[in-house]
Amino acid sequence: MIVNKDTISELAAQNKRLDGRSLTEYRKPINVELNISWTAEGSSKVQIGNTIVMAGVKLSIEKTYNDTPNEGGIMVNAELLPLSNPDYEPGPPSIKAIELARVIDRGIREAKAVDLKKLCITPGEKAWFVIVDIITINDDGNLFDAAGLAALAALKSAFYPTVNKETGAIDYKHKTKEKLPLIKEPLPVTIYKVNNKLLVDPTLEEEGAYDARLTVATDDDGTISALQKGGTEPLTAEEISQIIDLAQAKARFLRSELDKFLK
Amino acid sequence: MSNILIQERSIVIPGETLAEGMDYLPGDNTYREDDKIYSKILGLANISGRVIRITPLGGPYVPKIGDKIIAKVTDITMSGWRAETNTAYMAMLNVKDATSRFIKKEEDLSQIIAISDYIIVMIINVTSQNLIDLTMREPGLHKITGGRVIKINCQKVPRVIGKQASMINMIKEKTGCEITVGQNGLIWIKGTPEGELNAEKAVKLIEEKSHLEGLTDKVQKFLEALA
Repeated sequence: MIVNKDTISELAAQNKRLDGRSLTEYRKPINVELNISWTAEGSSKVQIGNTIVMAGVKLSIEKTYNDTPNEGGIMVNAELLPLSNPDYEPGPPSIKAIELARVIDRGIREAKAVDLKKLCITPGEKAWFVIVDIITINDDGNLFDAAGLAALAALKSAFYPTVNKETGAIDYKHKTKEKLPLIKEPLPVTIYKVNNKLLVDPTLEEEGAYDARLTVATDDDGTISALQKGGTEPLTAEEISQIIDLAQAKARFLRSELDKFLK
Repeated sequence: MSNILIQERSIVIPGETLAEGMDYLPGDNTYREDDKIYSKILGLANISGRVIRITPLGGPYVPKIGDKIIAKVTDITMSGWRAETNTAYMAMLNVKDATSRFIKKEEDLSQIIAISDYIIVMIINVTSQNLIDLTMREPGLHKITGGRVIKINCQKVPRVIGKQASMINMIKEKTGCEITVGQNGLIWIKGTPEGELNAEKAVKLIEEKSHLEGLTDKVQKFLEALA
């Protein structure tokens, strides 16, 4: 909506937003529901405002890759369901869906969050492969943060399925008590630049009005594991350092929100 | 031997029997089969005298001649602008209906109204093929600048306006905003940032609670609590 777009930038200049939030305030409520699917090894449903994203973790035993014979693997796939936004169409993944999956994947992969060596069963032959599926239920903006939170929650709640020792077949109906080897907990936070102001957690309308955005994935201790820049406008070095400070603070906030639901 | 099976303002579903006997008459969104009257849609029952009507709870906007609507310009053609009106049908704003001044043949139409601009227009004609003709040459019709446009369920528009525009005038007065309600469910609000936000919240409240009675008082209390 172009009218709202102009209004959004005008309001941003006065440190205000269309829905009355401050620039660095997340929408309420932030809800995390765990183990929503009994067929997945780990799953979660995350709600930030009206944005709802589900994530599921599946584990399977595959042949190891030739270049990493003693490691397992991780794959992230995102699907933007047509029911979540009138602009989304069924069919092959759009650029937006690929970017979403790649950003979440990179955050987890580059943080070395999952200990891939521990996923290996027989070097050069068999290893566990982690598949994270992200599905949007309702898109009201800020899919990156919601999907990142959902993926992390799903990974944290995942248990290995039992494996038949003789046949090697996986029994998905019975889970073991063993959790995934998660050594770090990366969480992406996306900061948007609108009219030279930085804001977090945009609604769908605000997403239509941004100049640039930077997704910063940080670990529990604040180490940056991945960055992704989007939008048509450039970012100055000063803005980037501001964004990183803000992203680290907001990641701590999201982590504390997530911890409320993890008991 | 006629009896009515529903109460005023009760929610009915499609196929529900509303009345038996020939003393009652089927109104909007109802039909008669043998001596019974049934509902065609999901909505609120409205009994006025012998006529039973159903006010729909949802559904698309059906364009009507004379309606003031808010439309988004999607295309510029040789002779005017094409607009999206929150309906399934095509709408055209002809150059002659856009402005009272003379527009030269070579003139760049995007200088007058650009693509993705919002305009407040009136429907002057709906053809048998449901093509909509729009006009902007009436008082109060213009291109929208600034403020915000929000979308609500178009069936709730009469509630947002209220009896003799009582509801909308109260919101305007309490929030100090300029508000234009399009019959197609798009609403333009312009005022101070806080006023716009309060007006938007009030409109959303009306949309949500539209089936309740005494809504004007509720909205008044809501706005006074915000102020």
